Amino acid sequence: MSFASLLFQFLTPEFMLADTALLVLLAGLFKSTAQKRGMLLSLTLLGGIIAAAMLVLHPHYGNLSNGMVVGDPLTQLVKLTLLTLSLITAIFAAGSTVREHFAEYLGLILFSTIGMMLLAGTEDLLMIFIGLEMTSIPLYILTGYLKRSSASAEAALKYFLVGGVSAAFLLFGLSLIYGVTGSTSLADLARTPRAALLDPLLLAGVVMAMVGFGFKVAAVPFHLWAPDVYEGAPTPSAALIASGSKVAGFLILAKLLTIGFAKGTGSAAWGLFQPGWLPLLAIAGAASVVVGNLAALSQSNVKRILAYSAIAQSGYMLLGLMATGTTGISSVIFYVIVYALTTLGAFGVVSLVEQRRGGSQLHHFQGLHQSAPGLALCMGVFMVSLAGIPPLAGFFGKFYLFAGALGSVSSLYDGNLGLLWLIIVAVAFNAVSLYYYLIVLKHIFVIPTGAEPAQPSPRCATSVFVGFLALAVFALGLYPAALLEPIQNAVTSAATFAAKTAALH
Amino acid sequence: MPTEFLLTATFLSAFLGVLLILLLPVRFGAAAKWIALAAALAGFGFAIAAFQRYDMTPGAYPIQSVLNLPWVQHPNIGFTTGADGISLVLLLLTGIIAITGVLFSWNVTQQPRAFFALFLTIIGGVYGVFQSLDLFLLFVFYEIVIVPKYFLISNWGSTNREYGAMKLTIYSVVGSALILLALLGVYVLAPDHSLNLLSLAKVKYPSAFQLWAFPVLFLGFGILAGIWPFHTWAPTGHVAAPTAVSMLLAGVVMKLGSYGALRVAMTLFPLGLEYWRIPIALLATAGILYGALVALAQKDLKFVVGYSSINHMGFVLLGLVTLNTIGLSGAVLQMFSHGIIGGLLFAVVGRMIYDRTHTREIALLGGMNLAKAMPFAAFTFVVASLASMGLPGFSGFIAEISILLGAWKAFPILLVFAGLGVIITVAFTLRALQRTFFPAHGAAAVPHEDAAHEFEPITLPERLGAILLMAATLGIGLFPKILLAPIQWSFENPHSLMHHLIQEVAK
Amino acid sequence: MSNSLLSLLTFLPLLGAIFVAILPAHRPLIRAAGLGFAFAALGAALTLAFNYDSAAGGLQFVEKWEWIPSLHIQYHLGADGLSLMLLLLTAIITPFALLALGDRVTKLNTSLILLLQTTLFGTFTALNFIHWFLFYELSLVPVFLLIRMGGSVKATAAATQFFIYTLFGGFAMLLGFLAIHQATGTFNLVDLATLAQHHKLSKALTAAFHWHPDCINLLVFGGIFLGLAVKVPVVPFHTWLPDAYSEAPAPVSMLLTGVLSKMGVYGFLRLLMPLFPGLMEHLATPLLAFAIVTIVFSALAALAQKDLKRIVAYSSINHLGYCLLGIFAVTAALHGAANERAAALNGVLLQVFNHGITAAALFCFIGFLERRSDGLRGLNDFGGLRTVAPVLTGLMGISIFSSLGLPGLNGFVGEFLIFKGSFALAPLASTLAAIGLFVTAVFLLTLIQRVFNGPLSERWAGFRDLTLSERFIVAPIIALMFALGIYPQLLISLFNNTALKLLP
Repeated sequence: MSFASLLFQFLTPEFMLADTALLVLLAGLFKSTAQKRGMLLSLTLLGGIIAAAMLVLHPHYGNLSNGMVVGDPLTQLVKLTLLTLSLITAIFAAGSTVREHFAEYLGLILFSTIGMMLLAGTEDLLMIFIGLEMTSIPLYILTGYLKRSSASAEAALKYFLVGGVSAAFLLFGLSLIYGVTGSTSLADLARTPRAALLDPLLLAGVVMAMVGFGFKVAAVPFHLWAPDVYEGAPTPSAALIASGSKVAGFLILAKLLTIGFAKGTGSAAWGLFQPGWLPLLAIAGAASVVVGNLAALSQSNVKRILAYSAIAQSGYMLLGLMATGTTGISSVIFYVIVYALTTLGAFGVVSLVEQRRGGSQLHHFQGLHQSAPGLALCMGVFMVSLAGIPPLAGFFGKFYLFAGALGSVSSLYDGNLGLLWLIIVAVAFNAVSLYYYLIVLKHIFVIPTGAEPAQPSPRCATSVFVGFLALAVFALGLYPAALLEPIQNAVTSAATFAAKTAALH
Repeated sequence: MPTEFLLTATFLSAFLGVLLILLLPVRFGAAAKWIALAAALAGFGFAIAAFQRYDMTPGAYPIQSVLNLPWVQHPNIGFTTGADGISLVLLLLTGIIAITGVLFSWNVTQQPRAFFALFLTIIGGVYGVFQSLDLFLLFVFYEIVIVPKYFLISNWGSTNREYGAMKLTIYSVVGSALILLALLGVYVLAPDHSLNLLSLAKVKYPSAFQLWAFPVLFLGFGILAGIWPFHTWAPTGHVAAPTAVSMLLAGVVMKLGSYGALRVAMTLFPLGLEYWRIPIALLATAGILYGALVALAQKDLKFVVGYSSINHMGFVLLGLVTLNTIGLSGAVLQMFSHGIIGGLLFAVVGRMIYDRTHTREIALLGGMNLAKAMPFAAFTFVVASLASMGLPGFSGFIAEISILLGAWKAFPILLVFAGLGVIITVAFTLRALQRTFFPAHGAAAVPHEDAAHEFEPITLPERLGAILLMAATLGIGLFPKILLAPIQWSFENPHSLMHHLIQEVAK
Repeated sequence: MSNSLLSLLTFLPLLGAIFVAILPAHRPLIRAAGLGFAFAALGAALTLAFNYDSAAGGLQFVEKWEWIPSLHIQYHLGADGLSLMLLLLTAIITPFALLALGDRVTKLNTSLILLLQTTLFGTFTALNFIHWFLFYELSLVPVFLLIRMGGSVKATAAATQFFIYTLFGGFAMLLGFLAIHQATGTFNLVDLATLAQHHKLSKALTAAFHWHPDCINLLVFGGIFLGLAVKVPVVPFHTWLPDAYSEAPAPVSMLLTGVLSKMGVYGFLRLLMPLFPGLMEHLATPLLAFAIVTIVFSALAALAQKDLKRIVAYSSINHLGYCLLGIFAVTAALHGAANERAAALNGVLLQVFNHGITAAALFCFIGFLERRSDGLRGLNDFGGLRTVAPVLTGLMGISIFSSLGLPGLNGFVGEFLIFKGSFALAPLASTLAAIGLFVTAVFLLTLIQRVFNGPLSERWAGFRDLTLSERFIVAPIIALMFALGIYPQLLISLFNNTALKLLP
């Protein structure tokens, strides 16, 4: 079979999405009518659903060109998640403040999604870079979509500059890695002798790559762009940045570190620091948790609160990455998916509130429980889940994440609970976080509204999907196995799969 | 119905109530209280049925009606419930407080659906904690209680409600963060990575781990139990809360803390317990004295009751660390007893008095001639005060002498201070009682401008609730065997989780 | 049926209290119901006394049920001569007080008095410490509320003081008994007395606590002593008493002095003496000193009072001091002459009963005086009442002379027996205590002098003598004083054998 047909088989869903995007753009050229937005959205959803159906019905497992494109249950699961997140974002967009050039907006969402899905399905340094750029460039545009809003333009510029710099770091780091090892495949990297991993040049490469990723996932100290971008960007764009791009980013970071540099972990245990990427993760993670949670305390805009909360959540996920083995990866993936669903829902609520009340400051949320009790309840679910309170999914995710991080490393150092200090920081600041989530809820539920501003009729589709996400968060809290077991199976089979392909070489 | 499902039915009935109330159209909001009452009665009924079926024949295991359903395969988490005498007593308490809480909130007209839904959520969570045998499940139920408390207080509360609500929530969350931390450690070190209490209790944890994990866990639970000096959430929270929630807080939520300390911290970490026993006893005694002394100086009647909770919970903690059957049983009985008495006191102060007079200043209340204006409230408060003082014939007496008996064995010196606390308790209770209801004639009582002395009469639900609580404290005071027998049996049973420890201390 | 006679007696007044509480607020109805129950209780108490086999002595009518097995607490009742004598006293004083209430009967005070009667019956029959303590402490509640009914600011303070003092004492006692339970595993007073007889109690205490043997025994003894000393009261733990007696309404004071103060003496006889005879002998000197100080100080204090109620209150302390003297003299000489010891103890029991009715009568008369004088009751407020109120003068005079210990009246026999016994057993202490007798005579005679003799002030020209109903109220008591003065055997026969058995 030719390379091209193989490639097509592996990437059918991505091609389907690209076709859909082009079709949507084409449809957008026709004269604007009242039904146009609905029509464009239906087209997008149709294409997305077909792509998802292809993913589910005709999964293609295998490895193309030494890890350039990879198909395994894990990538399939993640791609499906990414698709879902993007489509829900598209639905939110239809009901949001984005009014002009709607077809292009949807097209950009789809293009960005393709980038994310490519990112999810590769184990090759070059493809990683390409995927990241394919994800980011549409996102820059999506951020600056509100032409008349200076905040939006400023956010786009900031995002673009920071993104460009991080891409440069990443590229530089990856090139150093390639220069030392002579291969762009993660599987090859994994076979590099341990001694070579201590090569200062390679270490520099790893550090640079991690700085690049640090920008992407908004980890401290590379987080400064996030609050402004989340605040300035149109809400659906911010939702996509916070959900889909984060899922893809964490999956690839996990692959890079645990597959490519499995031997260069080092140690972050208290009193037993050893150079490697674990100490870096530990410090970045702990700093994100601390800074994100503390900075969120003093915010007055819900989107900014969500931004700082995103920084803090990145911190938890970085800590989760420290857990090695299948448990570690499955806990991070479970956590990041749950987080994405939750934060997407929260942005959905914010989008609706903006639509009705003209802003996303805390005071715009006052008395929401009177005017829209269902929406208020959903927001309650999202906030409480982000705070990690049972019985919602966020709690189980955190428990599993922390237990994984604590357990895996301690078993390495026979009974010395070396990572305990990190967990203490995480748990303590998680307690702090409840404060600002409660502040949001206080405005929604406790403080009565003043005069209710006139509001357009609610966007039905958005509300329905917000409700759906809230239900999902609730259900996953009550029965986490529904998502956890597929993830665990996928991770296990992906691991055996990787081992098999490694053995072939 | 099999007994294991009776236990499950307690919290299911509460959550079903929540669901029904949420489905209720806004127009029928007034029906929410009936649904809540029905749910509370059903829960209590199930608790009684489970209590009656408790089997104390020799050779039986203390923890009975164990239901074990798989929940999550990996990590190994089960939906495991079951109850021994201790749990059953507390389940009964929850049932009584649920019913009376609804009765004393009969007049809630502001968003009744939300109020009763949140109220029942807490009740369901509390029922759940008292029967969970899987620590993960226990923690889930434990946390379910936290957020509804915040909204109940900040939405329906009174004085300084947002501050009180936030303070209480932050303290609770800090407590649960400590618990979570220790549970993570337990989970990681458990050989089979399970959180099943029955299997964990057999694990011997390394002593280095126990030495730090025990205080973390104990303190985590202790904060909710109002352990001194981490008690400050309690008075402000109690004062800010609406009546039913004060009753819940004092009645059952504080018991979650002491129950957790007993069931989890003390069961899992005997070595840590031994090491930290004396410091905890000191803290408990300090709480007894401090609560009583501060209560003596309060001007707000609800603060008096709030600090009295600190005082009474100090006895619970002291009883727990005596580590002999009598002291431990006394502690559990005191949990029940204080639940009832604290609930009753808050009911009188919050509902009967404050809702009618709109003040809780003792000096102002003294000028209203309440004993004449509200004889029933006065009568109830007298009974509650006497019970709170630990007068013989009321449940508090048996509980406190059991604790003191236990303390004679364990800490004879501390006993004197605890005893002093008892005396001061009498003093502050008497002071509040006198100045509020029976101020001396001719005393310079501050006249209250709208003291027309014509208050709306005490309603039927209030009377029913008060009578139920009074009957409970008097009934248990006269026939403590009903509760003491299963409690004691659960401690003394050779299969009991604590048995080994008690034996060891006895040596 | 006969087995639960004591329980029936105990809970009969409680039933009455509840019944009165639910009656409509119609005064004659309440009065009739209250009196009905009180007299029924008197009848029951008399039945018990007649059915008691006084020749056999010892505990009879015993009832015993498991109550809280885990703490070794039983519902354990029984009565011997001592208990029966006190049951009779309670049953006599209660209707007397209810009658003395006159037209001030309310639902509240009637049911509180009946409730108080239940707690008293309970206290005088309990044989398990916790069971005893339950009623002992419970009695505080009605008493507290009854004292408050005096209405003045001082009454409130007095009630609180009384409550706190007694509770504090009660708590000290509770701690002591908890220690005993700790050592022996029982609260059963009969068993404990048996243990003490065989000298096992102090050994068990020593063994349980690993402290210095004297230390723990002394501590436990001290706790129990303190509790009882507050109740009797023993000087210097008496400060609550004058205020409480003088501020409470007169009928309440009757109950306080007539029966409530007897709880303390009963406690000494039932709890302390049987449990710590050895220690009490050891501590004879300080204990006797307490008794002497109580007797002499209270007599002198009474001399200095200007308020009739306070005078009688202090005299009440004084009279109970003789009881203590008798008890401590008996324990001071464990190996003294048996007949002297028996005489002293019989004297104590007799004195308890006599003082009960005499002091109650005195307060009743002061109540009559107060009602006629709009609350005035100063020693110097009256004068010459003899001329306008001869019947009152005569009857109150009899009571005062009874209190003085005039031969032929009841007070004499008790005090005589006490001094007869204690002079032989503890001569020095008895001699010192005799000072009290003289001072008592002085202040009581002064009372008669100032109130009834001398010139009649114009203010009291219209002073009414006792009405017919008032005469009927006090007549039985006066008759009883004479009867017991002339034929004390009437009562002594009831408890003589018990006293012999009580002797440690």
